[in-house]
Amino acid sequence: MTRLEINRRKFIATGVGTIVAGLTGVITPAHASGLAPTPSMRGGSNNYRPGAPIVERIGGGGFWMTGTVRRAGDGAPLPGQRIQIWAHTTEGHERDQRSHGATLTDANGEFRLEMPQIVPAFGQPHGHLAYDSGEFETVFLRPVMSSAKDKTLAAHFVLQPV
Amino acid sequence: MLRQAAVWAALVATLLIPVIAAAFSPYLAWREPIYILAGFAGIIGMCLLLLQPLLAGRWLPGLSPVNSRHWHRRCGLALVVSIVIHVIGLWITSPPDVVDALLFVSATPFSTWGVTAMWAGFAAAAMGVLRQRLSLRFRVWRLGHAGLASATMLGSLVHAMLIEGTMEVMTKTALCGLVLLASVRTLARLRVWEVHRR
Repeated sequence: MTRLEINRRKFIATGVGTIVAGLTGVITPAHASGLAPTPSMRGGSNNYRPGAPIVERIGGGGFWMTGTVRRAGDGAPLPGQRIQIWAHTTEGHERDQRSHGATLTDANGEFRLEMPQIVPAFGQPHGHLAYDSGEFETVFLRPVMSSAKDKTLAAHFVLQPV
Repeated sequence: MLRQAAVWAALVATLLIPVIAAAFSPYLAWREPIYILAGFAGIIGMCLLLLQPLLAGRWLPGLSPVNSRHWHRRCGLALVVSIVIHVIGLWITSPPDVVDALLFVSATPFSTWGVTAMWAGFAAAAMGVLRQRLSLRFRVWRLGHAGLASATMLGSLVHAMLIEGTMEVMTKTALCGLVLLASVRTLARLRVWEVHRR
């Protein structure tokens, strides 16, 4: 479960590390290239139905899937990227067409799609997300909710140009 | 006589309570019938895992040793059937998740425990069915059968405890605890590790 989250501690640690590395001259091209691409998670692509339509929200809503999309290396936010989302919810199984939808990232590379409440299925309350539009390498994520009662779930993409 | 009736009543209650508690799970409202069937086949399998050591160890009053063995065999076959229904039902519900589990590449660790327990259970059942043909000394056969049965039991316990599903947590934990207790007591009573006669 490699969920990429930038919190203050990590941000400061990364910043200090970069400065120290710069000052001491140990910085290498690998470090300079910065942000590593997000690998696909195990089971991320299960029950994927390519080409989910861009929707205002999936079903009746009440639950928020959120996240960010950035470019590997420089970490630049990627606007207008299509993210496909599906899950087992109060309104349908993962395989059902009505459980699938897509949304686009805004100018800050952030996305947010309202969908029905995710409920535990196959032993864990989890969602599925896909970036599969061709410009960057395809990535499938399968984040797990820390509690089945959560009303939101986040997933973050760092994409590698093809 | 009264004691015997009390033991059986307690056993029936112990087996029914987890099933009834699961029948009240809110998750059932959002599952299709085949998924619900698959889940309950798993729960009934856990109940059979409690009966198996009790029958093997001849703990149940009013059952002769021969009857105990016959019921152990029937419950063993029922356990195999419940595992098969469990897996096929889940496969119909979500094929890729079950294929991942069977290939040991699932995102969820409990799948690995469940699939391992399944194969151990099938092997234990096969040893039971083929006992005459295996022509092993009885105690050697029993050690093998009990070893596979223990792997089935432990794998199933971890599998069930890691899952966030329709089983209610208190009744699930209690059932798993009793399965473990009954299994350990039976292994100790039969002294399965003693392959040579004293």
